[in-house]
Amino acid sequence: MNSRLLSIIRKEFIHILRDPRTLAIMFIIPIVELFLLGYAVTTDIRHLNTVVFDADRTPQSRQLVEAYRASDYFAIARYAQSEDEIAVLLDSGAIRAGIIIPAGYGDNLARGAVAQVAVLIDGSDPTVASTAFAASQSVGQAQSIKIVTQRLGVDVTRLGGIEIRPRVWYNPELRSANYMVPAVIGIILQFLTTLFTALTIVREREQGTIEQLVVTPIKSWELVVGKVVPYIAIAFFDLLEVLVLGTFWFGVPIRGSIPLLLGLSVLFLLASLGMGLFVSSVARSQLEAMFLAFLTMLPSIFIGGFLFPLEAMPGWLQAISYLVPLRYLLVIIRGIMLKGVGLGAFGDQVLALLILGPFIMFGASRRFRKSLE
Amino acid sequence: MISLQGVTKRFAAITAIRDLSFTVQAGQVFGLIGPDGAGKTTTLRVTSTAMNPTAGRVTVGDIDTVRAPEAVKQLIGYMPQRFALYPDLTVVENLNFFADIFGSPRAQRAELIARLLGFARLTEFQTRLARNLSGGMQKKLALAATLMHRPRVLLLDEPTTGVDPVSRREFWDLLTEIHLQGVTIIITTPYLDEAERCTRVGLMYRGELVACDEPRTLRDGLGATVLEAQSAQALQARHAVEKSEGVLTVSTHGDVLRLLVDRAERAAALQAVWQANGITVGNVRVVRARLEDAFVLMLTRHDKT
Ligand SMILES: Nc1ncnc2c1ncn2[C@@H]1O[C@H](COP(=O)(O)OP(=O)(O)OP(=O)(O)O)[C@@H](O)[C@H]1O
Ligand SMILES: [Mg+2]
Repeated sequence: MNSRLLSIIRKEFIHILRDPRTLAIMFIIPIVELFLLGYAVTTDIRHLNTVVFDADRTPQSRQLVEAYRASDYFAIARYAQSEDEIAVLLDSGAIRAGIIIPAGYGDNLARGAVAQVAVLIDGSDPTVASTAFAASQSVGQAQSIKIVTQRLGVDVTRLGGIEIRPRVWYNPELRSANYMVPAVIGIILQFLTTLFTALTIVREREQGTIEQLVVTPIKSWELVVGKVVPYIAIAFFDLLEVLVLGTFWFGVPIRGSIPLLLGLSVLFLLASLGMGLFVSSVARSQLEAMFLAFLTMLPSIFIGGFLFPLEAMPGWLQAISYLVPLRYLLVIIRGIMLKGVGLGAFGDQVLALLILGPFIMFGASRRFRKSLE
Repeated sequence: MISLQGVTKRFAAITAIRDLSFTVQAGQVFGLIGPDGAGKTTTLRVTSTAMNPTAGRVTVGDIDTVRAPEAVKQLIGYMPQRFALYPDLTVVENLNFFADIFGSPRAQRAELIARLLGFARLTEFQTRLARNLSGGMQKKLALAATLMHRPRVLLLDEPTTGVDPVSRREFWDLLTEIHLQGVTIIITTPYLDEAERCTRVGLMYRGELVACDEPRTLRDGLGATVLEAQSAQALQARHAVEKSEGVLTVSTHGDVLRLLVDRAERAAALQAVWQANGITVGNVRVVRARLEDAFVLMLTRHDKT
């Protein structure tokens, strides 16, 4: 290999090793990020604080409350003495849901009439509310079928009709960690390579060492490649770190091929290194480089399908998201880890990365010149 | 060896150097001096290929710096004004890095490094991080790094600024040795005693070359007489005669007045002015001109035209 390139790589490794704090940060960031996202970002909504106002006080009303309690969605903390009390508790945020059973509920059921129950749900967090909404209905319906069955003395579910049997593939328990951990790999790869590529190049300028480098025979590409190779190595180390932790701590499966995962990640790196290079050509200081690198992360996080599903976005935003390289990598990583599918399933994504990566890289290197001006 | 022809370098709003032309013969030590912002650094940058001139032509060893920068880079060693080696690399690592990227043969590498370290008196500090060296040692290390590929031309931007007088002398001893090996040198310096040691000196002012000659010629061709005098009221004495006829410049250094006048005979008239103002000034005498006097005068004349 080219000996100038090797000496730049060697020099860059020395810089990294002599800065133990940054080195530690590079290895700790993925762990922190993994744990934060693995635990905090959870859509598994259970045990909502709930208060019951039972104005009926009959065996039938107590049965209904037990059914809600047994569903696991509602944690019934205590009983209220009036509807107003529930309203106050909802206002203060102390509870997320209130169940109101009016007087006469038991009687109505006994007469074979329709008995009404009100469930109040705090809708300020839509995710929580929609879960509570669906759960309150399904618990009520199940209870209703039970009562009808008892009255008729025959099992109504045996009378024909439709039975829906949903079966969830890839992530049968619908665990958020299975969705988040693969995505963290993508975020880490992009963040580390973009940020540190930008920082290491801007540092040469800020430190003034670029002035000495420009009068040596180093070529621009040698400087860039030599400087980013060590960070690519670290990014891959972090990738493996996240894979290992994700598997053994969060129990996330890796159903597909790890070499394929690594191979396609390299393809993605072309794009994220390009963004780092671009940032370095714009930023005048390391601080600015840091801000800009964070800025490039925003679209990836919000419209790259990392936190929010792409399908739920308005059309124009979805259109923009086609320019976000992370979008394709996330499909690839989730596909390999959760579905265990092979290269054949990613034709579109690979093609998109093959176009975007070189395009960003080319644009950035046109801006980047090994020069003082 | 080095030639600038009509070189101009413009930044967005500033013209750092304007229509600059001079040549440096092989084996010369050319000193570039001038006040802050005169364009010295810019001149070295366009010569070193670190920047391209906006207009004009620079050649080093008859090679055009814009057309064949790579060939020029092999010929020159450029030491920037600001310390530009890696602070977190040791002395030896820095030297090895620059030797590597110039592809200098490994066989004689160890010997060259040992010789340069000895020559710069850095042998005992070779495993020290560059950031932990004293200012003077950093300057010597930077010089050593520019010598790793045995350049024929050295471009040194204020290599002795901020260095104590002893280290400054040491540095010039090193330069003399390099010079004796036939290396052509352009050096910028704020110290006029250093300028006197150069083969030729160029005075820059506001991006232009105001004068360029041997230091002795510049000094002797002053075209004025230097007077010195002593006074406890040096400042008042200076104000009293600043506008007098025949007085070119006056400066004070403690209780010493230094006057540049067109003829030595002006001394009597000056004494009369001081007496009339009740200022006691004694010991008025003609002294030898210094390079500094020549430059002060040239800059004053340049401002007036
Ligand atoms: N990269 C740049 N961008 C814009 N202006 C610049 C740049 N470099 C230099 N200048 C301007 O050009 C002029 C000449 O600067 P230069 O650094 O060449 O002067 P100098 O003689 O080396 O000064 P000093 O003695 O302070 O080092 C100054 O006005 C400076 O502000
Ligand atoms: Mg300068």
